[in-house]
Amino acid sequence: MIRPWRFVMSKSPLLAHASGQQVVLQLDQINKIFNADTPLKNHVLHDISLQVSRGELVALVGTSGSGKSTLLNVMGLLDVASAGELRIQGHLVQGLTEQQRTQLRSESIGFVFQFHHLISAFSVLDNVLMPLMLRYGKPSPEQIAYAEYLLGEVGLTKFIHESTNRISGGQQQRVAIARALVTRPALVLADEPTGNLDTQSADEVFNLFERFNVEHQCAIVIVTHDPRLSSRCPRTIRLTDGRVVYDGASRDLPSLFASPL
Amino acid sequence: MSFVSQIVGLRHSLWIEWRIALRFLADNPLQTLLISVAISVGAAVIVFITALMMGLQNNVIERTLGTQAHIRIEATQQHNNFSATPEDTYVWALESPRAQRLQTINNWQEVRDALDHYPGLHTVSPLISGPAFAQKGNARASVALMGIDPARYAGIIQLKDYLVEGRFSVGASDVMIGSKLAEDLGLRTGDKLRLDAGDNRQAIMDVAGVFELGVRELDSRYVYTDLKQAQTLLNLPGGITILELKISDVFTAEYWAQRIEQLTDLHVQSWMESNGQLLNALRSQTMTTQMIRVFVAMSVIFGIASVLAVSVVQRTREIGILRAMGSSQQQILRVFLLQGGLLGLCGSLLGVMVGYVLVQVFNGIDERLFVIRLEPSMLLSAILIATASGVIAAMVPARRAAQYDPAVAIRYV
Repeated sequence: MIRPWRFVMSKSPLLAHASGQQVVLQLDQINKIFNADTPLKNHVLHDISLQVSRGELVALVGTSGSGKSTLLNVMGLLDVASAGELRIQGHLVQGLTEQQRTQLRSESIGFVFQFHHLISAFSVLDNVLMPLMLRYGKPSPEQIAYAEYLLGEVGLTKFIHESTNRISGGQQQRVAIARALVTRPALVLADEPTGNLDTQSADEVFNLFERFNVEHQCAIVIVTHDPRLSSRCPRTIRLTDGRVVYDGASRDLPSLFASPL
Repeated sequence: MSFVSQIVGLRHSLWIEWRIALRFLADNPLQTLLISVAISVGAAVIVFITALMMGLQNNVIERTLGTQAHIRIEATQQHNNFSATPEDTYVWALESPRAQRLQTINNWQEVRDALDHYPGLHTVSPLISGPAFAQKGNARASVALMGIDPARYAGIIQLKDYLVEGRFSVGASDVMIGSKLAEDLGLRTGDKLRLDAGDNRQAIMDVAGVFELGVRELDSRYVYTDLKQAQTLLNLPGGITILELKISDVFTAEYWAQRIEQLTDLHVQSWMESNGQLLNALRSQTMTTQMIRVFVAMSVIFGIASVLAVSVVQRTREIGILRAMGSSQQQILRVFLLQGGLLGLCGSLLGVMVGYVLVQVFNGIDERLFVIRLEPSMLLSAILIATASGVIAAMVPARRAAQYDPAVAIRYV
């Protein structure tokens, strides 16, 4: 019998030392400035310093325009910080080539976006397998079994060969979660994953995040506007005008959520 | 990373790149179908025009050179010799050019044997040619008496193929005459013909056959006999006036002519020199064909490029997702290059088939027209060129896709 979670995920030399790392994400004095040398200069992130450890579930909250998505992009290596140091699994990101950043991203980070962002030309199963296929080529039977297992875990076994256009928004978001986890990343970044869902679907999706956070021991950072969901995360980081104004236990933050986000 | 591991990595990477490229094309079937049809029309035009022009050129060359040698070697023309003049002295001379009498090529057997050894020279045939009168009763016509070695001359003009009456024979008393001459003198096969080459050198010959080369001048003047008879009539015992050559590649005639002239010091003339206008026409035709091919190929390239440019914009968000999921810039680049190549390949396969059908239709229209032959190498090169063009056309949109900022691309709506 195949034990799907036992297939080997090779690590690049970049992460050769990372297996024992508890701190998955470390930001030190991160700044992000758009159009730095022009009159349209926009200083979005100011001296952000924080760290996220393995197994943490963190809510990243703040008003619109506070810099949440930009911070998430910098954390996810989709964007480059203007200043400061960023470490993924202990590896300093600054100075890496584009190819090395891509490699580090594919090995360490999983993404879930607000609009699920599945590729409609592929089936549900192929979408989940996509990060593995981009990295290894043709998937092995173990990898396929693992993707099927994840789809089973998110309750989509009977849709695995369907086109992504034929399933509901909540189901699409669950496919996106399975896709984010298929590489068994140390860090999952979710940008308002429930923003487009009804309350019931949002709860179901969030339940999955909580479950995988415990089962897979991956760190999860979720950007959300929903105070009900962010309060379910043990830790909350609140951004205001590109600055961290709170970083601590969610339960100690009731007054802040009273104000509009 | 070692070279071998890079190759293995590329092979793994290409597997998913192929799948993505194919799925992207299949995901928009109408767009893919339309551009494939456009490419196939372009490829069909290129195949048909090229085949048509090649057929036309081969036909013109065959008809023109089918009745003449590619290269003619003659004895050096006689000229006046002037005594040397002292330095710094100018001499004005009124020269009376020397009359060119028939003269033999010295040591022509050695020249012939030497040329026989060159693989590029297809046939070397000795010929003695000179003026004479042909007479039947009171009817008289000036003719060109052609003494040939029948076995070798078959490599220059296959007279048997042009026979309209009688048989091919140029023995001691047999001649072959052109159809116009036969008509002018009222001759038929088996009739007697008096040949008079002047100075009382006469012979009465039998008309063994009548040929029609399709060139009025030749059909009204050529009288073929064998070498010995002509040598006797033209008073050049053992001699010949021309060595005629056929070569494998007609367009290398000038190269061979110059080479043989340097080797033998004889007067050598290629068909390219003596048919300058024909050569110009052929070159113009080739240039026109090339221009048509280039313009059609350019329109195909721009067609593919524009479709892929639109596709890149349409798939901006998906490119961003792929980048976020760990695809490299090179992978995105190759996905779109593969799409370009696939479009070129599929379109050209269809186009080659359409071109083939067009050629068959043309060949079936009228058998009197020339026949177009389709070489497999031409079809293969059309497919290869179209596929390469597809890849080239995809370069700009592919580079654009690869350089998308994933953070921006993901937010694209």
